[in-house]
Amino acid sequence: MSQDSFIETTMRAFTRAFSKALISERGANQPGLLQFLDPRVRVVGVLFLVVSVILCRKISVVAAVMALAVVIAVASRLSLWLLATRVWFVVLGFAGFIALPALFVTPGSPIFTVPGTHLAVSAQGLRTSALLILRVETAATLTTILVLCTSWTHILKALRSLHLPVEIVTMLAMTHRYVFLLIETASQMFESRQSRMVGQLAGPDRRRLMARTAGVLLSKSVELSHEVYLAMLSRGFDGEVHILSVLRLRVRDYLGMAAFLSVSCLAVWIGR
Amino acid sequence: MHIPDGYLSPSTCATLYALAASGWYSALGRVRRMLASRTIPLISVFAAFSFVVMMFNIPLPGGTTGHAIGVTVAAIVLGPSGSILAVSIALGIQALFFGDGGITTLGANCFNMAIIGSVVADAVYRLTAGHSEVHSRRRVWAAAIAGYASINAAALLTAFEFGIQPTLFHDASGTPLYAPYPLHIAIPAMMIGHLTFAGLAEAVISAGLVSYLQRSDIGLLHGVRATTGVPALESASSPLRLWWVIGILMLCTPLGVLATGTAWGEWSAADFANPEKRAKIEASSGQHAAPSSVPARLQKLSAIWTAPFPGYAPRFVKSTTFGYALSAMFGVGLLIMAGLVLSRFTKKARASESPS
Repeated sequence: MSQDSFIETTMRAFTRAFSKALISERGANQPGLLQFLDPRVRVVGVLFLVVSVILCRKISVVAAVMALAVVIAVASRLSLWLLATRVWFVVLGFAGFIALPALFVTPGSPIFTVPGTHLAVSAQGLRTSALLILRVETAATLTTILVLCTSWTHILKALRSLHLPVEIVTMLAMTHRYVFLLIETASQMFESRQSRMVGQLAGPDRRRLMARTAGVLLSKSVELSHEVYLAMLSRGFDGEVHILSVLRLRVRDYLGMAAFLSVSCLAVWIGR
Repeated sequence: MHIPDGYLSPSTCATLYALAASGWYSALGRVRRMLASRTIPLISVFAAFSFVVMMFNIPLPGGTTGHAIGVTVAAIVLGPSGSILAVSIALGIQALFFGDGGITTLGANCFNMAIIGSVVADAVYRLTAGHSEVHSRRRVWAAAIAGYASINAAALLTAFEFGIQPTLFHDASGTPLYAPYPLHIAIPAMMIGHLTFAGLAEAVISAGLVSYLQRSDIGLLHGVRATTGVPALESASSPLRLWWVIGILMLCTPLGVLATGTAWGEWSAADFANPEKRAKIEASSGQHAAPSSVPARLQKLSAIWTAPFPGYAPRFVKSTTFGYALSAMFGVGLLIMAGLVLSRFTKKARASESPS
């Protein structure tokens, strides 16, 4: 790792955030099964499915919900390659890394001994690892499908309809808007710094650079909050927040909700 | 430290959602009560700042890098209530918009990082900084220590939540149903990384930010009041709410009836003469036999004072539950009277001292 790669790594993280946001907006605007339903039904329905996966104790049932999630993704015109790169491989690497030692350290009846060692894989270890990885994969897939098929505005409207305090919904909306502005500002600061760097920075200088960038960003953030507040006042903001809600449930939404609820209950019942 | 869906059982998630909800409710209540509408953009922008800082790849001593949360600087500038809301909003956006961190575990993540992180950061910073000048070097060290402590407190709690899963949630064959590692594995595994890298990253960014603010924007270190004209987020709680809390606690006192046995060491002289009680004393004292007779001093001292409400139940009350509630009211009443008398004396003393 080169000495200045910490700037590049940070900038790559910024680019990833922009890319994720753009992909989500694109997915939400295309026609598909989930996009066809009311956002409230999507949010609540997917939440039911995630909770049912967490409650399931049988690998086969969790696998069935995973298969259903793939079907929903395809019907919602989401790219499976996108899901694989954004969720499946990442979760497999992370959850697999965490679950691997459980094969050996979970007490139980040994089913396999690694040749040349005393390490034995127990049946219980194998089951707990498989259940953990599959459950995390399924829950993450469902959440990602929801995120990819629902615009942020719709998620906020759905949350407000579910009686989340209006201040929280407003803060979520404003934060989302300013995250990208601050990312852009930070990105420009790093780019500008990198374009002026000839040699390599020593460790303490690198830490100072990061702290200074974060400090400037903090000062700019506070200034931004003043400007935002003044802009809000100029628009007539008096402390009360009103959200325009035009969401109406149709027959298909009721059917969709019934389907989500039935599948979730069935999964919990069979997988108990 | 972001726990994804699937690692914690539904009951753990529900409990942590409930705990987080009480933290959010309290923080939101303070923000609603004490602050002008200006706080909404302020907390939102701070949440966005926290979100962006989480992406910073911070160089650490030894050539490696780590990620911070930014909770310490939020706690220093906004106070714990504002920090709880700002970091929770940042975590909420990560989960709901970017799919990072679980939805069912959002309560756990917010409780660990936003609530415990903010409270620990604020407490350690205040304790370490003491009454030092805002521009003093001590403040920089206080921020570093607060950052290190807050991240490690959050990590320890996360490890504890992971570690109790296999003990509490397993099937008939002993297979863990959620996070598979018990406490003796989960705690060291989690803490090694946080004591060495993540804690250091938060310490570096917190100290660096405080040092930067001392030179460039010292007003922020006085809290949001100085820069925005907004009153401090932390202010005295409403007396009405305090009365509600006391009332609820008084009504809850009969819960003590549910506890069986006697608290260790709270034995009466009569207990030593009762064979059944003696067996319980022995069992709760690591099988050390109780003295064969009532200790002489205990016998003598116990005769000096006889409580009006022995065992939290006045003699004329038949119901134990009612006796508990009555004792609570009596006790609270006595304390209020003592407080009133004391405050009267204090006021008189102050009045006589003042030059008028």
